[in-house]
Amino acid sequence: MNDPMNTPPDLLRGLTMPRISRRRALQAGGLASLGMLLAACGIPAAPQSKLGLSAARKQIDKFWLAQKKHGQLNFANWPLYIDVTKGGDHPSLDLFTKQTGIKVNYQEVIQDDDSFFGKIQPPLSNGQPTGYDLMVITNGVYLDLLIQLDFLTPLDQNRMTNFYTYASDLVKDPSFDRGNVYTMAWQSGITGIGYNINETGRELTSWQDLLDPKFSGKVGMFGDTEDLPNSALCAIGVNPETSTPADWKNAADWLHKQRPLVRKYYQQDYIGALTGGDLTVSMAWSGDIFQNQSSDPHLRFVVPKEGAPIWTDNMCIPAHAQNPLDAMTYMDFVYQPKIAAMIADYVNYITPVPATAEIFKKNAKQATKPSDRKYYENLATSPLIFPKPSEYSRLHRYRVLSESEQKVWNSLFEPIYQS
Amino acid sequence: MSARSVRARLTPYGLILPAWLWLVIFFVVPIISMLSVSTMTGNVANGFTQTFHFSTYANAWNLYHTQILRSLVYGLIATALCLVIGYPVAYWIAFRGGRHKSTLLFLLLLPFFVSFVIRTQSWSFMLADHGMVLNAIRTLHLDGVLRFLHIISSQTTILQTPAAVIGGLTYNFLPFTVLPIYVALERVEPALLEASADLYASKATAFRKVVLPLSLPGIFAAVLLTFVPVASDYVNATILGGPNTTMVGNIIQTLYFTNLDYPTAAALSFILMGVLLIGIFLYARVLGTEDVFEMATA
Repeated sequence: MNDPMNTPPDLLRGLTMPRISRRRALQAGGLASLGMLLAACGIPAAPQSKLGLSAARKQIDKFWLAQKKHGQLNFANWPLYIDVTKGGDHPSLDLFTKQTGIKVNYQEVIQDDDSFFGKIQPPLSNGQPTGYDLMVITNGVYLDLLIQLDFLTPLDQNRMTNFYTYASDLVKDPSFDRGNVYTMAWQSGITGIGYNINETGRELTSWQDLLDPKFSGKVGMFGDTEDLPNSALCAIGVNPETSTPADWKNAADWLHKQRPLVRKYYQQDYIGALTGGDLTVSMAWSGDIFQNQSSDPHLRFVVPKEGAPIWTDNMCIPAHAQNPLDAMTYMDFVYQPKIAAMIADYVNYITPVPATAEIFKKNAKQATKPSDRKYYENLATSPLIFPKPSEYSRLHRYRVLSESEQKVWNSLFEPIYQS
Repeated sequence: MSARSVRARLTPYGLILPAWLWLVIFFVVPIISMLSVSTMTGNVANGFTQTFHFSTYANAWNLYHTQILRSLVYGLIATALCLVIGYPVAYWIAFRGGRHKSTLLFLLLLPFFVSFVIRTQSWSFMLADHGMVLNAIRTLHLDGVLRFLHIISSQTTILQTPAAVIGGLTYNFLPFTVLPIYVALERVEPALLEASADLYASKATAFRKVVLPLSLPGIFAAVLLTFVPVASDYVNATILGGPNTTMVGNIIQTLYFTNLDYPTAAALSFILMGVLLIGIFLYARVLGTEDVFEMATA
């Protein structure tokens, strides 16, 4: 780090002072020394752990032994991502409070991983609590970063009984968090193509359908550095997980070729544009399309034949959380098939608990209204909620990027949606 | 020197101390710390260190000058539209408002009681392909004319075109234009108009020679208050824009939150600030004033 006294004085003068009288020079001098102090501070790096593996395990056990239940859980989640009644209650959370006595302060504060990371990063790098005990983060750059920076609390493996009994193979021991040291899946989803079959006039099957000039100006794409590049890699027939920088270049070229047809590179707002008729076809998340099919029966979702990205949103406990034991209790609670079914029934993404299919089948049998019966039959058999193992081979995780790769990746893909 | 005279000499400084503290804590300190961040190098994982890496500025300009220039163009167009729409509004309230003046001003500010984002989002509902605006245009068979004027695209859409973004900007910042002009016009003595009529000035001449010059300080303040936030806005481009309407505010946001590239984001902010300041001083010169601040506070 630079010694503040080594800052070239002429430079500082140039930066901080206009052409000035002596009196004003003295006033500005005070500010300038403040500036030097700030300039010398820098932004600190994350502390690095130097423990060996077994010592680290002992530390983790010791940490959890010292924890007590506080009866309070501050839960940060994404909007519309849990069961909710018309009155705004969350039955699965109410049941949790009833069974455990832990009150849940449920907050739908996560709009996307990057801006949420931007919010929690400053307190975490200062070693302060974020105000949340549990948060839901998508696998990818930001989860990797949270793990790498030691911003997550390792889980208590002794309190994951339901998880190890009921979790699907998809979310047990995932590539982004080997051994589930830090995370347990909330829900997973597929990034594919959503379209209105009335407008397209045909079934879509491939990413190449996004290049059809017939849909010009009515095509929606995602404006991000995860789904957009990884889907484009699938589109050119490359498995994103093992892709090379040369593949990225080709994928970017594919996206540039397609760009003139694109109406907008969307965030979460694509679904409104698709149901409202601004879009005929769009990159889409499986659960969004399934949720909207009841009100808009012409909506379709397809996992393109070239393959598609699959992602998992993960529950994790931020470092310095105030109620870690309450969070841990909740994380395992949602892995009971009954609770998982309550959530899956509402959110319609890929549930981490396959046993919920049996519950949906039972619900279908017991349903009195034919519409309810049909709904539960659809849920229980939908490949978007219970993908078959044969389909997994076409689904790929996001490319894991090193710091230097990330720079190349961003410089290739960001200009596509921001220019 | 007696204690009394020392105190008398220090009193004015004591009185301006709160204002100074405010300025230092909320403006000077943040801006200097951002300035220092802009020349740092590093990344979030390893931390950022001060290396006086000034080429960040050159790189930022090379990569993003399109978006900076686009922001300035959008800013100019929206500000011009705001003036054209806002001046008559301010004039009407000041001279014709009568006893309803305060009600009319309240109505002007009423939209501010609703969140900025919500108001912009409601524009996106109205301008959607099957929204009320395009439906009305189609019913009236005006789409051909608007297509010809390039206000709507060849596929009959408004949303995601530059017109939508500039329209949103104009709408959102209009009160910032009207209020300062109103304040300036309010101060114009009606007697001056009578006097100019007595001297055989037509209404148009009276406006050109009397009212307009007297309202210039208001116009100056209005342009300043409108152009600066419009040029750095990113909400309108996010909600109403398309692939080719990205503004510099969007880039800064992405650099900061997505790329966690704090130095480039800070450098780009300073480039924008520099460009805006140069523009404002040139503008002040054109209006023939030596001192911008005198003009703005007149």
